[in-house]
Amino acid sequence: MSDHAPSASELADFRAEVSGWLEEHNPADPGFLLPQTFMEVGSDQQLEFLREWQHKLWSAGYLGVHWPEQYGGRGMHPAFQNEINRELRRHRTPITFNVIGLGWAGPLILDIGTEEDKAKYIKGILSAEDIWCQGFSEPDHGSDLGNAQTRAVRDGDDYIVNGSKIWTTMGNYAKYMILLARTDPTTKRKYDGLSFFLSPMHGTGIDTRPIQKITGEYGFTETFFTDARIPSSCLIGGEGNGWRVAMQTLQYERGAAAGAAGGQVQVRVSIADLIDEVRSVKRDGAPLLEDPVIRDRLVQLIMDEKALGLADKRSTLGDLNSDYPMSLLLSYKLRVSEYQRRMRQYGLEIQGGLGGLYVGDEDTIAGGFWQRAYFNNFATTIGGGTSQIQCNIIGEQVLGLPKS
Amino acid sequence: MKKSNMAIGLSEEQGMLLDTAREFCRDRSAIPAVRALLQSESGFDAQVWQEIAELGWLGVAVSEAHGGSGLGMGSAIPIVECMGKRLLSTPYITTVLVAEALQRAQSHALCERHLPAIVGGQIATLALLESEDWGEETIELTATDAGGDLQLAGSKTQVAYAVQAELFLVSVTYQDEARLLLVPASALGEGAVRRQTNIDETRRSSRVDFTGATVSSDHLLSGDATAIIRDLRLLGALLYAAEAAGSTAACMDLTVDYLKTRKQFGHLIGSYQSLKHPMVEVLCDMDNARSFVYHAATLVSEASLDEDAESACRMAKAQASEALKFAADRAVQFHGGMGFTYECDAQLYIRRAQWSQQAFGDAYHHRKRLASLLLD
Repeated sequence: MSDHAPSASELADFRAEVSGWLEEHNPADPGFLLPQTFMEVGSDQQLEFLREWQHKLWSAGYLGVHWPEQYGGRGMHPAFQNEINRELRRHRTPITFNVIGLGWAGPLILDIGTEEDKAKYIKGILSAEDIWCQGFSEPDHGSDLGNAQTRAVRDGDDYIVNGSKIWTTMGNYAKYMILLARTDPTTKRKYDGLSFFLSPMHGTGIDTRPIQKITGEYGFTETFFTDARIPSSCLIGGEGNGWRVAMQTLQYERGAAAGAAGGQVQVRVSIADLIDEVRSVKRDGAPLLEDPVIRDRLVQLIMDEKALGLADKRSTLGDLNSDYPMSLLLSYKLRVSEYQRRMRQYGLEIQGGLGGLYVGDEDTIAGGFWQRAYFNNFATTIGGGTSQIQCNIIGEQVLGLPKS
Repeated sequence: MKKSNMAIGLSEEQGMLLDTAREFCRDRSAIPAVRALLQSESGFDAQVWQEIAELGWLGVAVSEAHGGSGLGMGSAIPIVECMGKRLLSTPYITTVLVAEALQRAQSHALCERHLPAIVGGQIATLALLESEDWGEETIELTATDAGGDLQLAGSKTQVAYAVQAELFLVSVTYQDEARLLLVPASALGEGAVRRQTNIDETRRSSRVDFTGATVSSDHLLSGDATAIIRDLRLLGALLYAAEAAGSTAACMDLTVDYLKTRKQFGHLIGSYQSLKHPMVEVLCDMDNARSFVYHAATLVSEASLDEDAESACRMAKAQASEALKFAADRAVQFHGGMGFTYECDAQLYIRRAQWSQQAFGDAYHHRKRLASLLLD
């Protein structure tokens, strides 16, 4: 990675180049609904489309540009990748779907992996040849990662793994999993018995079962390990350090400077899109947007969305955060996911009879986008620690309230 | 929908004012001091008012030529937020709004005559409202020519600190046009000021009958009064929003402290999620109010407020009104039986919340106008 910070004009030139490329290569509407997030890849059709797109983006030199050249990056400064990310957002491109590889496993391997690991894994992550998934959550311990019970027992040069993981995104497509498993069930602190593996997904004793979501689509699997043998070389960070490595892994998501390869993690859904799409909807024989009750509620949602953007900027102004220093950072996930839930739900609620139709019906607004977007959003209010757990964390760590 | 302006910042001066104001308001307005003033005639401590003037706070937005520091209204925001946090009520908001009006009108003679005195601590107050309706734009109070002077007929309501004010800035209809008129307290007749009973006992307001008052016609402000009144209403909304954001934080702290110390059924009650989670909602509402307040503080300037600034002021007021209302409502409830008593400080906040939400328009009032700005 180059330490030389690029000048504003270098960045502007680069951005123009990316923009030009995207104008030509941003894929046209494929005629079927594309996922807004990597958690929504539910069909082979979607997968192949996204795989081709990510491969094309990487081949053009626009993914992981700040990762080392010998592993498939370009050794550039992270600022260049940020420029690309902005352009991808602006052009509203499809997502770069190999998110666990690009944002979690890849940076981790580059940070603490062996030379062999880097040579083996990194390029496949960028090119989308190797899809990665994440094995943290378990059926009985949704929000309590530290309590993971999947066992990994050392046996010669292997570990024998038994247990199950749930909410494995693209588990049925993935070649590798970042796996959190218990190597020592006797430790005093539950966290100290965990280890972190770069586990293969194709092998005897590893089975996946797709989970059908409320949308009727797929995207997650449950993953079962039954006396599955994985080589001990898959261990990363040392035995018993799994919790620390897992926490480290979560830090990379915050952007190129933090290590993530970049790309378009999710297609953002905004209240502005909703308002544009319901302009033609009628209520009481008049345009929906003339109804004072609807207007009031829409303004509240506009404000909620704007407050999120402002909070993001305000979090960098120390003087305005000194009294509750961690508040904006710790509450961001809660606020953004709950706002999206309310907004998408409302997007459905105000469609009149059209809200009763579903994806696949030609009369729906935007192909049933809002129907699907609302249902899928529960992945964000439940996944990564439910909103209720978030409230506990914020109440305890920001307000100092006693533990529940 | 047009692209959203996301400017938010804090100038060095605003940062310094925030530090000074935090300390000053904490020292001068501890809860016993606030309570001691509830039943007093004026509702504020004259000594503290004088100190506020000496700190130069009445002149933060007044030009240097008239004795102020010329930092703009954005610099009054941290001060008012800190006052709100300590429930420090004074004629500050209403006085700085009058000074702002004089400057916006560019009435040079009136500025020269009055601004230095206002910066020095003379109490001036705004008399705009004639009924409960903040959305009413027609002005019933009239000024008519009477031998070179102007004679007034009509009254205003909820005029802040009218008993102590030496100067009233009154919206009037003169020759079928909206105008702003400065009326010295000395022009008012006997019994013209009727003190009102305020739901928030830290406030003072009156109904003021201007009928029969006669003032020289050179007391009329120049400029486009309709535009200035609009700006004053937006800036007033912003100032009360900043104050409410501060009060919300204090109210939240009060409740959180109680939840950390009160035990029931063998547990600290703050460990119960039914109490903990709403407090997180209060925190997020307060944070959002604060973001809008400082966003608006960044956008207002001495120029007539543009659409972005208008939108920001309205969002700030809508958000802060709701935030304080919710925080205070939960404060009473979560204090249990104690919360129902006058002795518990939660009453100070729930009373303030009701007053503050009305001042310069409630949340619905502002959202209705935001809808026109954002949806049409």
